Amino acid sequence: MLYTAVAAGGFRRYATYRVATAAGVFTNTVFGFIVAYSYIALWNERPHLGGYDQAQALTFAWTGQALLAATAMMAGGGIAELQERIRNGDIAVDLHRPADLQSWWLAADLGRAGFQLIGRGVVPMAVGACFFDLALPGEAWTWGLFLLSAGLAVVVSFALRYLVAVASFWLLDGSGLAVISGLAAMFFSGMVLPLRIFPDGFGQVAQLLPWAALLQVPADVLLGARTGGAVVRGLVFQAGWAVVLLALGRLMQSAATRKVVVHGG
Amino acid sequence: MVDVDPVQAAVTGESAAAPGRGGGRAAVVAQGLRVYGLIVWMWVRSTLAYRASFVMAALGNFAASALDFVALVLMFSRIDALGGFSLAEVAFLYGTASTSLGLADLLLGSMDRLGSRIRDGTLDILLLRPVPVFAQLAADRFALRRLGRISQALLVLGWSLGRLDVDWTAGRVLMVPLTVVCGAAIFGAVFTLGAAFQFWAQDAAEVQNSFTYGGNAMLQFPPTVFAKDLVRGVTFIVPLAFVNWLPALWLLGHDDPLGLPGWVDFLGPAVAVVLWMVAGLAWRYGVRAYRSTGS
Repeated sequence: MLYTAVAAGGFRRYATYRVATAAGVFTNTVFGFIVAYSYIALWNERPHLGGYDQAQALTFAWTGQALLAATAMMAGGGIAELQERIRNGDIAVDLHRPADLQSWWLAADLGRAGFQLIGRGVVPMAVGACFFDLALPGEAWTWGLFLLSAGLAVVVSFALRYLVAVASFWLLDGSGLAVISGLAAMFFSGMVLPLRIFPDGFGQVAQLLPWAALLQVPADVLLGARTGGAVVRGLVFQAGWAVVLLALGRLMQSAATRKVVVHGG
Repeated sequence: MVDVDPVQAAVTGESAAAPGRGGGRAAVVAQGLRVYGLIVWMWVRSTLAYRASFVMAALGNFAASALDFVALVLMFSRIDALGGFSLAEVAFLYGTASTSLGLADLLLGSMDRLGSRIRDGTLDILLLRPVPVFAQLAADRFALRRLGRISQALLVLGWSLGRLDVDWTAGRVLMVPLTVVCGAAIFGAVFTLGAAFQFWAQDAAEVQNSFTYGGNAMLQFPPTVFAKDLVRGVTFIVPLAFVNWLPALWLLGHDDPLGLPGWVDFLGPAVAVVLWMVAGLAWRYGVRAYRSTGS
């Protein structure tokens, strides 16, 4: 299968850089400690803030660090490469390939995320669990649901980044948009602060935006703030945004390929 | 970006001014600074050639830095004090740490490209030029957009100074710019140490982010928030506590969570000097140990 091979290639490509992975794990762990201590101070002042107890808040902090690389909120996860290919015209070659552009990049991104979830997610989470009292689920069932939710988070994140990249067909220099989209992802995913402790109203709106699918929903599944029907609703919310955004990307892609003129030819 | 190599243009025909016979160390430093200025000026001109792009990038830099402060403000919408510090006091910590980091990042921030230069072999080009390689690397891709972080941090710092409940004696007023400058020097030494480390581990550029950006994220919160061992670590091992925590404890009249004697709060300049000596030695050792492709 073509796309399976592309995904496997994405996985292997990122698995090659072992020192960089170790460096990333170190950085995620350091930031995990900093965020965790600030949450301890915050929840000491206001226990049960946002409906979390302290252990749940700490779980949120470490889940954020574990998912940061996989959901590629800041770094873009290699999608900048697509943006660059659009800018310099190499995209014309890609469009001639007997493969769908969006599916190709989605497969490559899933491979990358698969590696980064294992390579950069497991160790920070384990360190966090060693040093802090976390609210991690005991039964395998919940872990499975979390992994499903994390997978959907990657798909939504890809769909958003793909929109930004395809916008380069019109913008020429898409780096400004990429910065803005990265900041929005950091803020509205809950990475900067859990969406549940945002001021009322604002917080509710933020939880309906697609970025909430990146961290807030998977973290809530893991730390037990969503149980039973709420888990299903969360997964449907993620899948819904994934479908909508992927469809939007497809629409933009077909509009772009109709108008694309490579070097005046 | 333009394709011409500005460094080449900057140093062409300058080899007559290269230090050597009798010039000594002062001449090397003077030449390094001059070349640094020249290369920086090249990059500034090249950046300003695309004005709209520069404005967008600077605004992005401003916004990225502002995000952390928004998080602090949102936290304080739910609480009155964090670790015994008010919002104005936390804003002071934020403003000083972030201004210091911003300055160091602007002046030396591109040093972390050393690893990728070693990997693709372009470091050898820098070594061939009759100019200190440190000056060339420090000025490489000078990113004027980083003024965004500095201006955002200065705004927060200014806001906090107006709201702090501090008896502003001459000494305390003087302490604020001194803190920012010493903090920038400490962060700059950390950037240099991180770059020197890349002579051995080329792919490990991200490790230094833990100490620079991570350190900045930590110093924005009061020291009382963190475990004592962690505070000890950033006081005695990687002395980031001297960037702003210790001067701020004195300035704001808070107790030292480690119970260190009061004079320690004023050691910032000495710590910066010692750290730069260590960074300088590590850098030299790294450059001397560098063997390119190994032949």
